[in-house]
Amino acid sequence: MRTLIDVKKADTNKVQTNTDKDVVNGQKNIGLGGVGRSKKHESADKQVAGEAIYVDDRPALRGELHAAVGQSTMAHANIISMDLSAVKAAEGVVKVMTVEDVPGHTDIGPVFPGDPVLAIGKVEFVGQPLFAVAATSFDLARKAVKLAKVEYEELEAVLTVKDALAKQSFVRPPHSLKRGDSESAIAGAEHKLSGEIKVGGQEHMYLEGQVSTAEPTEDGGMNVYTSSQHPSEVQKLVAEVLDIPLNKVLVDMRRMGGGFGGKETQAAPWACIAALLANETKRPVKFKLARLDDMVMTGKRHPFENNYTVGFDKNGQIKGINIEVNGNCGYSPDLSDAIVDRAMFHSDNAYYLDQSTITGNRCKLNTVSHTAYRGFGGPQGMMTIELIMDEIARHLGKDPLAIRKINLYGKEERNVTHYDQTVEHNNLSEIIESLEKSSDYQTRRQAITEYNANSSILKKGIALTPVKFGISFTVQHLNQAGALVHVYTDGTIHLSHGGTEMGQGLNTKVAQIVAEEFQVDVDTVACSAARTDKVPNSSPTAASSGTDLNGKAAEAAAKTIKQRLIDFACEKYEVEAGQVQFENNNVIVGKQTFSFAEFSQIAYMNRVSLSSTGFYKTPKIHYDRAAGKGRPFFYFATGACVSEVIIDTLTGEYKTVRTDILQDVGASLNPAIDIGQIEGAFVQGMGWLTTEELVWNEQGRLLSNNPATYKIPAINDAPKDFRVALVPNAPNPERTIYNSKAVGEPPFMLGMAVWSALKDAVASVADYKVSPKLDTPATPERVLFSVEAVKATHENNATAAK
Amino acid sequence: MVENTIKFLLNNEAVKIENLDPNTTILQYLREELFKSGTKEGCASGDCGACTVVLAELDPEKAGQLTYKSINSCITFVGNLHGKQLITVEDLKDGAKLHHAQQTIVDNHGSQCGFCTPGFVMSSFALHKHNQKPNRDEVLEALAGNLCRCTGYRSIIEAAMTSSEANQDDSFAKHYQQTLVALTELDKLPKPILNGNGNTYIAPQNIYELATELTNEPKSTLVAGGTDLALSVTQNLAVIKKLVYVGNVAELNTIEETESEIVIGSALPYSDFIDTLHHYYPDLGNMIERIGAKQVRNTGTLGGNIGNASPIGDMPPALIALGATMTLHLNGTERTILVEDFFLDYKKTVLQTSEFIKSITIPKPIAGQTLKLYKISKRLDDDISAVLAAFFIEQIPTDKGQKITNVRLAFGGMAGIPKRGPTAEAALLGKHLTKESVTQAKAALANDFQPMTDVRASDKYRMTVAQNLIEKCYLELQSTHTREVIETRVVNY
Repeated sequence: MRTLIDVKKADTNKVQTNTDKDVVNGQKNIGLGGVGRSKKHESADKQVAGEAIYVDDRPALRGELHAAVGQSTMAHANIISMDLSAVKAAEGVVKVMTVEDVPGHTDIGPVFPGDPVLAIGKVEFVGQPLFAVAATSFDLARKAVKLAKVEYEELEAVLTVKDALAKQSFVRPPHSLKRGDSESAIAGAEHKLSGEIKVGGQEHMYLEGQVSTAEPTEDGGMNVYTSSQHPSEVQKLVAEVLDIPLNKVLVDMRRMGGGFGGKETQAAPWACIAALLANETKRPVKFKLARLDDMVMTGKRHPFENNYTVGFDKNGQIKGINIEVNGNCGYSPDLSDAIVDRAMFHSDNAYYLDQSTITGNRCKLNTVSHTAYRGFGGPQGMMTIELIMDEIARHLGKDPLAIRKINLYGKEERNVTHYDQTVEHNNLSEIIESLEKSSDYQTRRQAITEYNANSSILKKGIALTPVKFGISFTVQHLNQAGALVHVYTDGTIHLSHGGTEMGQGLNTKVAQIVAEEFQVDVDTVACSAARTDKVPNSSPTAASSGTDLNGKAAEAAAKTIKQRLIDFACEKYEVEAGQVQFENNNVIVGKQTFSFAEFSQIAYMNRVSLSSTGFYKTPKIHYDRAAGKGRPFFYFATGACVSEVIIDTLTGEYKTVRTDILQDVGASLNPAIDIGQIEGAFVQGMGWLTTEELVWNEQGRLLSNNPATYKIPAINDAPKDFRVALVPNAPNPERTIYNSKAVGEPPFMLGMAVWSALKDAVASVADYKVSPKLDTPATPERVLFSVEAVKATHENNATAAK
Repeated sequence: MVENTIKFLLNNEAVKIENLDPNTTILQYLREELFKSGTKEGCASGDCGACTVVLAELDPEKAGQLTYKSINSCITFVGNLHGKQLITVEDLKDGAKLHHAQQTIVDNHGSQCGFCTPGFVMSSFALHKHNQKPNRDEVLEALAGNLCRCTGYRSIIEAAMTSSEANQDDSFAKHYQQTLVALTELDKLPKPILNGNGNTYIAPQNIYELATELTNEPKSTLVAGGTDLALSVTQNLAVIKKLVYVGNVAELNTIEETESEIVIGSALPYSDFIDTLHHYYPDLGNMIERIGAKQVRNTGTLGGNIGNASPIGDMPPALIALGATMTLHLNGTERTILVEDFFLDYKKTVLQTSEFIKSITIPKPIAGQTLKLYKISKRLDDDISAVLAAFFIEQIPTDKGQKITNVRLAFGGMAGIPKRGPTAEAALLGKHLTKESVTQAKAALANDFQPMTDVRASDKYRMTVAQNLIEKCYLELQSTHTREVIETRVVNY
């Protein structure tokens, strides 16, 4: 079996994955450059000083107006009439638009139609934009939209997944993945269990809300400054609603104040509306969503309601399984087809399912259209199988970790997924064993059992959960990227690529890759805004693919320029290519040493092109959706987490007291950034499963519509003892950029350990003999009721036994 | 004399504000009037801390000293700037050199998207101005009002825990005397007024001026920290015609102790009385640390928390349980009532037109008395209670054990107003504190309350948890008597 392969010799020496935390944090990060170093985030100095410019921080353009939209108050209704006279007459209002005034496309669905830019005759969720206003100030625009008089004819609304399933209300057709005969396997198994779980959705709560500014250009086009993960899609949709060609729309995206998937498709509507108003008024228009509007009007992580039937042997190994995942997609398809597909792909998480049938339904409800969110359905898919692991363990009276281990994918056998991709380079058992040891899992398990026996009110729980996450867009054409690199005559380098910076350190990593190619200080490389006129037709920065794709594209561009410099050196100085070295900010040609700046100048004087594009497409991937077979993922990112919690059995309150994580990021391009991604993803994943509760009322109105009622983890929720390590010396066996692995999404699902640990603590009240039911988010309320239910079942069982 | 301006220091520069709508928040003023965009708007509701700025003021306790307080600029009106030094994230660098509070975040890789970062920097800056070597708990307390969605906080905590002992020569230290002099000068100025857009802000200096103002214009709106009031402007787009700021009213900004009582002025921010209350009632001090977050406690007041009569305010149940009283003032006439009697119905109080809350009087504890407080919320920090339980129990030892001679069980979040559970109390009064009497009290509570279901909790959870808290209180008291330690609070972990 191959282990450390495909790492070119010259690179091996440079790739230093440094997992020593002190060293990572102790790096001074000055002029180190290159790959594998804990280089600070390229914007860190500006961010701490308040100098980093976000869209809303840009100086106002001359005559700039502010947009707002009127919102539907009904979940499902025909619009009988809209009286906008008071809106038009309101102070500061310059323009009011309805869908009638849209010159081009009125549907801005990103993949499938279904998302009207402004309501067309009917509304399908509370908060749906009805009409748009441009006014002279942010507040005047917001005040004006409240003055509309809208008459509705109420229609029956679908507000639960159950109802949607009963009515077969779907945004896309159901789809199944089948291997073998799961029914017979379940029927023939020694043990059989079935159950269900409700998995809550999640508000992205990027600290910077949605915002775009559109500025009309002299040729009937539009410049758009936006906070978006997908500038090329914004460009396309703005062009379509305005009915102008793509080459007249420029989208500029310097940085986002957080994205997490919430600005993949959800940034576009506001950019389109700003552009429509700008086009009508011939004035620049900014559309910034107030936080409450943002929370009401933009899609969230899909809530899911999943169920299963599983057959397993006396050791707890799965022999056959049926899983049904039901995604609450909201009112339109958006990205839901691919999201539910990913939930289906990840219904195995790290485990071999043997005979299996996985069915996915894309339920249409009258709520906002749910959308991409870190993990893209994968987390919701994984929750079912992690539930099953705990259920099997309690059923057999074993430690859940033992059940997880026995079901892991094998290396040579039991190593093919339910969609026929072989799990290659599988290091899950090594990761789990290593983490089990480093976290003292077994010792702490004993200590916890002892503590629980002696503590009447507070109970502790612990769990280890793994993650295996497929890396690549499952929509094949998105797995491509472009970059543009310029070398100037002073030796400085300008870098553009198709990816967007949302805090994940993408620009830093890609700059490191370019600096590495030329062996110059990373500070020599300036990475500017993602712009659609520099790198066209870019994919969204999503699916954890930002560095994998754009890093490779930038490397290709840099290599092209480097090769030109080498060719030029060989010709001019009459040396062999092997005698040209890039080293320590210098170019060494035979016996002569030039600074990189000097050599750039010489090359320029000799008419060498110092600018190049680069392109990359992910190899090896293919997938036949109709057959449900193929290799949708280039590789898998893996990791595992041990979390320990303490709960209060009288109130349901809890705390995560310690978390240990071991994550495989391949050969880390930047350990500090990777560790930051892992820590942040874990806490976000923990929040999703614990305190972050989306609540809709019976009329379909979102009640948790502001940060006072929707609680993301705060500083006290981070585990007091928080130990994150990268798998050492583990270059990705696939030829990824410097053999690194994607890190954006995979660690999000490590938060499942907290949920499983909460159940472990709850189970202790019945001596681990009853398996707690704990839907998510596991708020204190759900934990308390889970405790009470487990106690009641335990007492009933005891009574029955007598 | 009245001057029609607000005067303050914008870092080191003396600035006056004229002709600006007093409904303007400091954040709006910074971003839209001064074009300083370093301070970010995350929520405009005081929940995320991205807009955190620091106000330096003359220390009322120690002459010749300044205090530095973090506040949410998104829910603080510009009028509150008068006489203070406003420090924003742009002011921290000394030339090209990052401030300690900034450099440590860079060094610890504590910024990712960077949008929350200026807020964290400012909270850390304020902390280090008073505490150069904060421990973990102190850091968490100072930063709990700053949300970060990217980092998972570990790096930020380590940054803020980095000692600043060797980094005390920042530009604020260099200008310390100059700032003191300038603020002392501003302090001598006549009371400020701000008019703009047809709306007015005034700041009476004493209780007479305040009472007169309210008598003459009963429709004026009182504002102290504004942490709740400002939401009506930023979220509901209300326009307040006349704001009367009580932060300068001397009589409302004091804390006094007698032998048996603590008297707290209604306009005194939490951060100015938390230590005193913590001293006498540790549970109360701990609970106040979970009201809002540091930024809110630096401006929010007891008068505001009681006066807006929210059913989910955290202080009223505690004060009711303590048997606290409040003094109300109406144009020169004062009356004292039990806090318990203040609330009539949802958002309705006994306060008459032109009447205002002057002070709150809390009895000091005496032997045999216990106060237990429990705040139940989805998130431990910076969250609004689903249930707040406040139990005051007075016991005397008898040969059969501890006998309850006085009991007040008060709850927030259980009804339209904060209130006591009389039936549950009756089940305990005169009884010995036993498993049986506690079980009866728990059952009796169902007669006292019919809580509602809302976004924070279901009716069933509220009732169950309220009942269980009586049991928890019992267990904790038992454990005090038996000296057997039963761990009962996850917040201690």
